[in-house]
Amino acid sequence: MPANESKELPLRTDDDIVRMRQAVRSIAIETGLSLVDQTKLVTAASELGRNTRIYGGGGSVKIEKVDNGIRRGVRLTFEDHGTGIPNVELALKDGYTTGGGLGLGLGGSKRLCNEFEIDSRPGEGTRVMIARWKP
Amino acid sequence: MKASATTEAQESLRLSDILARHETELLSQWIDEQMSASTLRRDLMKESELREQSEQFLSLLRQATRSENLKDTTRPEWEGVREFLIDLSGSRAAQGFTPSETATFIFSLRAPLTELLQRADAPPASVRAATVLLDKLGLFTFEGYQKSREAVISRQQQEMLELSTPVVRLFEGIVALPLIGTLDSARTQVVMENLLERIVETGAEIAIIDITGVPTVDTLVAQHLLKAVAAARLMGADCIISGIRPQIAQTIIHLGVDLQNVTTKANLADALRLALQKLGLTVGRKSEK
Ligand SMILES: Nc1ncnc2c1ncn2[C@@H]1O[C@H](COP(=O)(O)OP(=O)(O)OP(=O)(O)O)[C@@H](O)[C@H]1O
Ligand SMILES: [Mg+2]
Repeated sequence: MPANESKELPLRTDDDIVRMRQAVRSIAIETGLSLVDQTKLVTAASELGRNTRIYGGGGSVKIEKVDNGIRRGVRLTFEDHGTGIPNVELALKDGYTTGGGLGLGLGGSKRLCNEFEIDSRPGEGTRVMIARWKP
Repeated sequence: MKASATTEAQESLRLSDILARHETELLSQWIDEQMSASTLRRDLMKESELREQSEQFLSLLRQATRSENLKDTTRPEWEGVREFLIDLSGSRAAQGFTPSETATFIFSLRAPLTELLQRADAPPASVRAATVLLDKLGLFTFEGYQKSREAVISRQQQEMLELSTPVVRLFEGIVALPLIGTLDSARTQVVMENLLERIVETGAEIAIIDITGVPTVDTLVAQHLLKAVAAARLMGADCIISGIRPQIAQTIIHLGVDLQNVTTKANLADALRLALQKLGLTVGRKSEK
């Protein structure tokens, strides 16, 4: 995939999440991210992808290779049209879960990336954007 | 509305009629077309099989066109054709054909059918209706191929996982579970249940879970691991998690997963050494005398 191009993948089944992780890993490698950074990005993607599938009722992810002339990196945008998150600040807290998980996915993916933006509206859905840059 | 419905019925019947009258001729031209296509896979399919499939398809097509409906191939009268194409794309996907090689089956019928219709003095509208129909069926074959590939892949993943989670008895009282491949919800659960069963069966005191072969350890995998460790403990077995590679260790820390209460070792050898030690056993080189 050349720089500044993107692709979109569905996130409806467990298999979709497996495929998405594989796609993110191969783009992270193409971008030249280190092994540690690849692992961080793929793990964050796994967290957000699963949230999209489970809490968002399924959705999609846009995978972008970004190159702004100064830095290169990978940007991922997860989007669903599920229930939305009533209190984002609370959802980001470690240990907060409504689904019997560890409650670490959102906060953890924020810590694993260089950029993290979340936009969630109750009744409308959730969009989470993360980016990991090559140092 | 009425007029167009009538025309459609006429086109359909005309097509059916021409198919019936020129079946042998069309069949042989279509087979020639398929045999000379660059996408032909002589290595994967015999000519006799191709002939049989082509014959069967033409007869199903003729029956379906008699329904006076060419446009909506989702209707019941097209079921025979649809089922045939799903079978065909599924079996070709399994045999190793590519999507374009598979779709060539339908697309190669275009030229001979168009020629036949023109020779039979069918009006341009009929020819157009027939090509639109074939395009539709071609795409349908394409989709069928893709769906069956996905089913194959997901089955292979399932098989991989089942194959790749043996519980190995390393020593009296010590079992190891080398995890290999992708772990996620349903599958991780199965793997962990399997481990617990084997602990009971073997009466093991120590279980080593080796995650060297797990590409991604996220919160879900971590939660399953922690649950397995806790459950094993209740059954009187201590767990050691080995094979946490440096990049995974860093990621787990950033995620905030707490492994404080779990014994971890860098590799399986270290874990085995610790296990033996815990059981009061020592392994050493025979002293030379
Ligand atoms: N896309 C989403 N749509 C609706 N609610 C969400 C979404 N993503 C997260 N949430 C809410 O935020 C909570 C916290 O999410 P987080 O990923 O941090 O933890 P978790 O998924 O519950 O557990 P873990 O990710 O540790 O397995 C979730 O329990 C859920 O209530
Ligand atoms: Mg989560």
